[in-house]
Amino acid sequence: MSCCGSSPEYDDLDEVSKLVSAKLAGFLRTLRDAGFRVGLAEGQDAATLMSAGYVAKPGLLRAAFKHLFSARKSDWDRFDGLFDAFWLGKRVRSRSRTSGSTPGAGNPSLKSLQDRSAEQGGSHSVTDQLPSSDDAPEGRSGEGRMEGASRADNLADVDFRKLGDPAQVAQAHEAAAQLAKAMRTRLTRRDLARRRGYRLDLRRTIHRNISHGGVPISLVKRRRKDKPLRLVVLLDASGSMSMYTSVFLRFIHGVLDQFREAEALLFHTRLAYVSDAMKEKDAGRALDRLSIMAQGAGGGTKIGESLQTFNRWHAARVIHSRSCVMIVSDGYETGDAALLGREMAALHRRCRRIVWLNPMMAWQGYTPEARGIKAALPHVDLYAPANSLQSLRALEPYLARL
Amino acid sequence: MKGRDEIAQALAASGYIADADLATAISLMQLLRRPLLLEGEAGVGKTEVAKALAKVHAAELIRLQCYEGLDQSSALYEWNYQRQLLAIQAHRGSDSIEDQVFSEKYLLERPLLAAIRRPQAPVLLIDEIDRADDEFEAFLLELLSDFQVSIPELGTIPAVTIPHVVLTSNGTRELSDALRRRCLYHYVDYPDVDRETRIILARVTGASPSLSLQIARMVEGVRKEELRKVPGVAETLDWAAALIGLDVRDLHDAPETVHETLICLLKTHEDRARVTPEVTQRLLGKVA
Repeated sequence: MSCCGSSPEYDDLDEVSKLVSAKLAGFLRTLRDAGFRVGLAEGQDAATLMSAGYVAKPGLLRAAFKHLFSARKSDWDRFDGLFDAFWLGKRVRSRSRTSGSTPGAGNPSLKSLQDRSAEQGGSHSVTDQLPSSDDAPEGRSGEGRMEGASRADNLADVDFRKLGDPAQVAQAHEAAAQLAKAMRTRLTRRDLARRRGYRLDLRRTIHRNISHGGVPISLVKRRRKDKPLRLVVLLDASGSMSMYTSVFLRFIHGVLDQFREAEALLFHTRLAYVSDAMKEKDAGRALDRLSIMAQGAGGGTKIGESLQTFNRWHAARVIHSRSCVMIVSDGYETGDAALLGREMAALHRRCRRIVWLNPMMAWQGYTPEARGIKAALPHVDLYAPANSLQSLRALEPYLARL
Repeated sequence: MKGRDEIAQALAASGYIADADLATAISLMQLLRRPLLLEGEAGVGKTEVAKALAKVHAAELIRLQCYEGLDQSSALYEWNYQRQLLAIQAHRGSDSIEDQVFSEKYLLERPLLAAIRRPQAPVLLIDEIDRADDEFEAFLLELLSDFQVSIPELGTIPAVTIPHVVLTSNGTRELSDALRRRCLYHYVDYPDVDRETRIILARVTGASPSLSLQIARMVEGVRKEELRKVPGVAETLDWAAALIGLDVRDLHDAPETVHETLICLLKTHEDRARVTPEVTQRLLGKVA
């Protein structure tokens, strides 16, 4: 089989000149630089193809290399440009040919966000409170225990928008990250407790009962599979939410770091897929990247359109039957509220639960009068306040039941 | 196997109209002996590739449909417990009974084991691999690289022949890099009008070239509408068969029938409501 881990056998390439081998090596390097996962086995197979006569026909070689080196749709879309640039000296096309099913680089909404942030200089964050790399402390060890709790406790009931000095903001960020970690740990423990099997493992039962003449006296049960909950967070990064966005971003970073399956998207007038940016280990750097992606906030919130984009381009990939979608938003819809209702209904059909967190719910005298939230509420399983660490913590028992 | 033109012809003869890229991918499968991973939207004809490949090779098609919770006993092998229990009862007291009941005689082959033990290499279709769990994917990785399996009671069973492996994925879950790297990759898109016309001609008896072209153009238009379920190639073929069955020769001659038979393409209530007679009329207007 070609895909063993051995190094390429260049002796086999007698008929391929050294020049071509060197060129191939250069191409492999180019692909790796462009983010393709190209290993030794692929290099070896590429050499085999070149010696099999493909080298004489550039069109065929390109098609063959495309199958060999691409591993996903984003690779597939970019490959031709890279090949032409390297082998034929053509300019690389800057945009991918298709967009849609693969979020990320090719996603139109994300692209527009990035473009806009680039136009604006891409320098600073959506909210003034967003920390730079220096002042956002990394969540400490703690193994799921709230070791920072003593410092965080006095912050527990403080509304995020009332956090004053940068030190308090940093403390809230750290506590939010630790809370995410603690939630993950406790949810895992519940998973383990639930995992007692209920189906018979006949093979082991028969093995064990041969001495009883095959009479199944001692039963062996199959272990139940650990099925992790997937959390999909949609965070409103519009102007009206700006006082809350930064702490939620930190919380989401913690969630993505701790949950085995989690995805995150930001929206305001557009939707942006940010899971990859959030998976950055360094919290400060992740938030810096996000702050750039979230630029453009303040213009209003088109929740309906954002959900439509989500349902159309992302839902099939990021949602499965054990998904909980968490929408963090005040529900002030500046677009079409009826569209929001329709898209919420479509989303509800796909996932296990929809949790809507509204920071303003905790405000005195608040009633859900906004058109957006009124349209969305019939499709929401849990509508809860989330304006303080305490309110985030209160969510945990609910998530554990999913 | 031969070059891509011959492969494209052979596939066409078996009823699958492939583009040049796919023919190249299949010729590479033979040359490099790697599995082929086909990704793309539901309904673009990924599974059909494996079926056509089986016809081309005159080989058996062994299909493993993946689902959440699929485990080795459903995919690889299982013991025939009823027979084992009977044998244990019949030979009560015999010392060697354990060896006997865990022997080849009591082994039930499941698709993966069957695929590597056939004397003539079959086409192994691992359908919708993205629905299976991570653990199963990891197990598959081992099988696809070494083409051998370990059964605790029997030891290692090496492959008699290396099957032609086709994996399909709709992209509902991100596959591991390890699995992707093990495979050749091909992204299957909806066919363009020209290819879809040829598909209709090849697969639907009684389809004329002009009607096939009209149908392909109409379907292309429908796919551009905002739909929950975009119609795939199978739906196109159903619709073509329905139109021909209703004796439609030209779409413009029977706009009402066209609209009514769109149920072959539109599979949800919302989509059906969205494509009103006016929309059908507009789409028909674009079909020359």
